[in-house]
Amino acid sequence: MITLILTLLMPAFVLVAGIVLGLLMKGVDRKFAAYFQSRIGPPVLQPFYDMGKLMMKQSIIPENAVTWIFKGAPVTALSSSVLLLIYIVVPYFLYLSGVHHFFLQAGDLIVILYVLAIPTVALVSGGFSSGSPYAAIGAQREVVLLMCVELPLAVTTITFATKMSAVCESCPSFSLTTIASHPVWNTMGPMGILGGMMLLLSFVFIVPAESAKIPFDQGEAETEIAEGLLAEYSGKYLAFIQMADGVKSLALVSLTVILFFPHGFTDLTGLRITGGGYDFTLAADVVLFFVKIFAVYFLLITTVRVIMARFKISQAAKILLLTITVVSLSGYMLIYLDTFISAL
Amino acid sequence: MSTRQTYPLHIGPTHPAFKEPVQFNFEIEGERVITCDIEFGYTHRAVEHIARERNFIQILYLLERICGICSVSHPMAYCLAVEQAAEIEVPPRAKYIRTIIGELERLHSHLLWTGVAAHEIGFDTLFLYTWNIREKVLDCLETITGNRINYGILTIGGVRRDITPDLYPVLQETLDYYYDVFERAREIILDNMSIQLRCKNVGILSHENALAYCAVGPTARASGVPRDVRVDYPVNAYPDIEWLKPVSPLDAGREPRGDVYDRMIVRVHEIHQSIDIINFCMENMPEGAVDVEPKATKMISTLKKVQGEGIGRYEAPRGEVSHYDILDNREGPLLMKVKAPTYSNGITWMKMFDNVEIADIPIVIASIDPCVACADRMSFVDSGGRRSIMTSADLHRLSVEKQRRIGK
Repeated sequence: MITLILTLLMPAFVLVAGIVLGLLMKGVDRKFAAYFQSRIGPPVLQPFYDMGKLMMKQSIIPENAVTWIFKGAPVTALSSSVLLLIYIVVPYFLYLSGVHHFFLQAGDLIVILYVLAIPTVALVSGGFSSGSPYAAIGAQREVVLLMCVELPLAVTTITFATKMSAVCESCPSFSLTTIASHPVWNTMGPMGILGGMMLLLSFVFIVPAESAKIPFDQGEAETEIAEGLLAEYSGKYLAFIQMADGVKSLALVSLTVILFFPHGFTDLTGLRITGGGYDFTLAADVVLFFVKIFAVYFLLITTVRVIMARFKISQAAKILLLTITVVSLSGYMLIYLDTFISAL
Repeated sequence: MSTRQTYPLHIGPTHPAFKEPVQFNFEIEGERVITCDIEFGYTHRAVEHIARERNFIQILYLLERICGICSVSHPMAYCLAVEQAAEIEVPPRAKYIRTIIGELERLHSHLLWTGVAAHEIGFDTLFLYTWNIREKVLDCLETITGNRINYGILTIGGVRRDITPDLYPVLQETLDYYYDVFERAREIILDNMSIQLRCKNVGILSHENALAYCAVGPTARASGVPRDVRVDYPVNAYPDIEWLKPVSPLDAGREPRGDVYDRMIVRVHEIHQSIDIINFCMENMPEGAVDVEPKATKMISTLKKVQGEGIGRYEAPRGEVSHYDILDNREGPLLMKVKAPTYSNGITWMKMFDNVEIADIPIVIASIDPCVACADRMSFVDSGGRRSIMTSADLHRLSVEKQRRIGK
């Protein structure tokens, strides 16, 4: 019974917590970027103030926009981002709290791969429907980026599934709970570790590309096409888009953490925290997870966007389709070989 | 292939990439620019007209405001023109002070440009870094002249304020700071992988086109044209500096191709050249007066007796700026003509836009360091508020009419 309630309540909780945490991370990200650039930067809570202000503002809809798509896109983007977050985070916490036997199949990587595309597709259709040439160019670029990042992401997914099927034959190999309960690094030799590193390296490009941050922010490129996709959005629609952006970045970072660093507190220390007859290990796990999320967000999004210039869309496509795909494919090869050798 | 669809894209007059209003009308195929048309005339302020209503000294402060960054270059060219017409010999110390202020201005202008260029390609960290180190030279200028921008230090026949010996340590400290920071800044700006990706082989202006379109300043030098007014037509302290020669991308070991990266190399190396020039001026500063006539009214009455014409050329940070003045027994010049560097360089945009992508447009536009307000010469709006296009024949007719009206 308690499992059922937990399963039902958790999504509602993730919806609120995801938006709050997503916005908070945006604030922290801006603060860190400001520190890198020797600025003071906005207050950490600035994204929340922005939301409050945007919600009060008038929303202008362009005359030649397709109104229902234009209005629907931000909401679709936000709801699909939250769905993505729920689908990534809930199974992981179910695993940590030890109730995963009930919901063993949860967190299928292939579903995540598809849901990941929905916010982008929603924004793209919003951009195309807004009737602005800048938004149309931004939407075209976003589509190109979406298609280019799909291949390395798929390769990574397949690598994990292959590895999981070798590690645990009875487990569903595409499931996040399986991946979380069998951390990749624990079961690999030196060659596999190298392969894992390469997959991680490809994620350094995949995460900014999926979350549309510099150097992969061609869709919004401020100085080129005046915020592109978002050129015509204002008021509460823009607020929804910003929230969706925060939640999606959070979801991507959580995915990275769960794929590569799923270790819970007990996995790391072999201990359980108990006091007054209660078990606090889950709380420790949650704190640890947040620490990991902030660290990965800082490394994959803040640092990358601070040290790079924006690529041209042709360069971005080339880098993602050739370089990053080759990197992730060689990661796959190495891990496959490693599994093969250790099975001998 | 001819059936491929193209679409129009208008950038400007207001756009995040521009600091000043100008409109570009592109015809785009996919992400590639096919044709380009430029529309000026959004920020015409009739400076030449206003100047004819003012006296010789008042004009100096008007000219400082033609361009916020070249606020020494325009008055300098004007002073040189009037001094040539009135045959005024500037004291040597004033010449050196003019050179120092001019080079400090070049220093901060090039740092500003580097920051703007970095911002155009989405590299905000470099933008803030260069603007951060630029603060030092602005502080130095404030200590010496009293203002960060629009220094108000030049006057006809010299400078208005001396750089006294107690200001030398301030200058020396600034120079030391830039000698210290230059190597690191050069590395950050030029050796950066993502900057090279965005700037190499973009917006190419070939050597022939640079000559044909009369490009000036860093834009010409990046295309391998050794053209620098400081060397070709030296004034102020420049004749004394024997080692001075136009900067070329070859200094960084790169064959000049005329792309955005070459322009970046030229500007970064000119920063170092400017520091060297200021150092030279400080070491060889002559003693003596800084002005032939400190009283403005007396200077105006001297100039009122003069009849003649003069032309002043000076190498502004963006290229050659030249002023032409006719003096005709008036309190101010009878006619004044300003030719700013963007006037020449703006036309080269048409060639640079060959074969670029939409993403390159901002950096190509920024690469000549445009000063649209300097280049705007007219805006023509009929009574209904509609803009229309004038052909060169119309312009010629209007010019002839105006010349007759002024010259009687």
